[in-house]
Amino acid sequence: MMKFIKRFYLSIILFFLYVPIIVLIVQSFNAGKSRAHWEGFSFRWYQELFNDAAIMQALYVTVSIAVLAAIVSTVLGTLAAIGIHAMKKRPQSMMMTLTNIPMTMPDIVTGISLMLLFIFTKVERGYWTMLLAHVTFDVPYVILSVLPKLKQMNKHSYEAALDLGATPTYALFHVILPEIMPGVITGAMLAFTLSLDDFTVSYFTTSPLVQNLSTLIYSQAKLGIKPTMNALSALMFVSLLALLLVVNRRSSKDEIKK
Amino acid sequence: MNNLQIPAWGIWAMLAGFAAFIGLLVAYFKRNHGLKRPIFASPYTLWIILFTVVPCILIAYYAFTDVNGQFTLDNFKNFWDSNYDARKTMGPELEMYLEMGFTAEDLGLGRGTVNVDTLIYSLWMAFLCTIICLVLGYPTAHIMADREFKLGSTLVILFVIPMWMNFLLRTIAWMSILEDTGLINQVLGWFGLGPVKLMYNSGAVLLGMVYNYLPFMVFPIYNVLNKMDYKLSEAAMDLGCNKWRTFYKVTLPLSLPGVVSGITMVFMPAVTTFFIPRLLGGGSTEMFGDLIERTFLTANNWNVGSALSLLMMVLILLSLGLLRKVDPDGEGGSMI
Repeated sequence: MMKFIKRFYLSIILFFLYVPIIVLIVQSFNAGKSRAHWEGFSFRWYQELFNDAAIMQALYVTVSIAVLAAIVSTVLGTLAAIGIHAMKKRPQSMMMTLTNIPMTMPDIVTGISLMLLFIFTKVERGYWTMLLAHVTFDVPYVILSVLPKLKQMNKHSYEAALDLGATPTYALFHVILPEIMPGVITGAMLAFTLSLDDFTVSYFTTSPLVQNLSTLIYSQAKLGIKPTMNALSALMFVSLLALLLVVNRRSSKDEIKK
Repeated sequence: MNNLQIPAWGIWAMLAGFAAFIGLLVAYFKRNHGLKRPIFASPYTLWIILFTVVPCILIAYYAFTDVNGQFTLDNFKNFWDSNYDARKTMGPELEMYLEMGFTAEDLGLGRGTVNVDTLIYSLWMAFLCTIICLVLGYPTAHIMADREFKLGSTLVILFVIPMWMNFLLRTIAWMSILEDTGLINQVLGWFGLGPVKLMYNSGAVLLGMVYNYLPFMVFPIYNVLNKMDYKLSEAAMDLGCNKWRTFYKVTLPLSLPGVVSGITMVFMPAVTTFFIPRLLGGGSTEMFGDLIERTFLTANNWNVGSALSLLMMVLILLSLGLLRKVDPDGEGGSMI
């Protein structure tokens, strides 16, 4: 009985989380434009999707910024984590405080402060400022996912490598990096997702001419979202789901092999 | 001041400077093989100073100056007394309206200090949202960490998947469920029940907030419960505790760090939410985030906007400090 109640409770919570997604996907197959009335099944919006220049442009901006921001912030963050880890106590805690600032700052304040910076330095807001802002809020997450791995690492292996004649560069790439790789990958993935989904910071750091999907959706929200947007998000959702299933399948296969 | 018609060379100069700095670093690194590792952190240090510390200083600068760059505390004074602000901005028009027979209340002046009202309203909404998330999320996390189910990791993925869909779209999807011609009202209509007004009130905003922030409550609690040594509760049972007493005396105290970090992760973004009230709440439910955004972008008043942001930051830092006292080691962990 208890087990049944638990399962029932979980399914209700999950249902609550999935309802809007189901609604969205169903709407993307609606032949009519209305949100409320079902006018029959069609692929109309999926066909129109590829002709919608605004959405395709926004998709390009979103994905390219997420990829670039993930790469830049992973490199910056991993280097920073290695550096911070090797620091003495005082500078280390100072760096951690600095790292915590952007993480605790509300998104809206991050966005506005960067907007002020760009206006103050007379930089025109657009693609590059958005990228810069995304890197800024991504890096702390990379650092925080790499640092634990560095702490788990044997302290002496780096020094041993140096003693055995490795240059610091060689030791970095062949001793430290392989050990912390899982943390680096987690950080990169985290940065990518955060950047892909960001609205608030992008909203303040870009111009109306360069929009990512979130800001485009927001600007359409008042007039009513085009069903093509639903079609796009349904497509993205399903492809991410497929990716997840493939990765899961592969990792469980690896486990069996071991 | 608000002139944006300037070539984009500035950003290029900044990025070029940054690249030059890294190049210099690499050159230095190549020459001195004995370079210390802390240097690795210097590009990041430069980055964070340029793009986090300097912007924060800018906010503080605007908050304490007026349009002409003179030091002033008026921005904060205006915050406490927004009637004063409204009188100033509306000027003679206000008098005209008053003469036309509009009461001060009609003009939004009778509410007293509008900004303070908004702040208290946002705090109240965030508080309610946190409580609801806790009440819904704790049992969820507890069930997920249940050893009987052995489904923990699958369930975590099931909770993460919805977050892949753009959260704005998900919130908008709630509109088509809640609105007068929406799903719920259509279903009610089949039973002959009249349309119920579900949208454009605080309840709808609260629903949107709980919907968006619930996973942030579930994950930290789940992490702590999952790492907890289940033998402890088994021992308590063996020693004669019943289920509830075991939970109350063993599981709950051990899961507190997770609860604390969950509360932080829900409350912080909830206070500053700024799109949900706009989409689901209509005009009457403005929250602090909306107020900041409106002050900056619509009213174009950067000084008061900065003052509001600064207040927000101080508020957040204060509550963070309070929470740190409860959970000094940050054991609850975050999403990672």
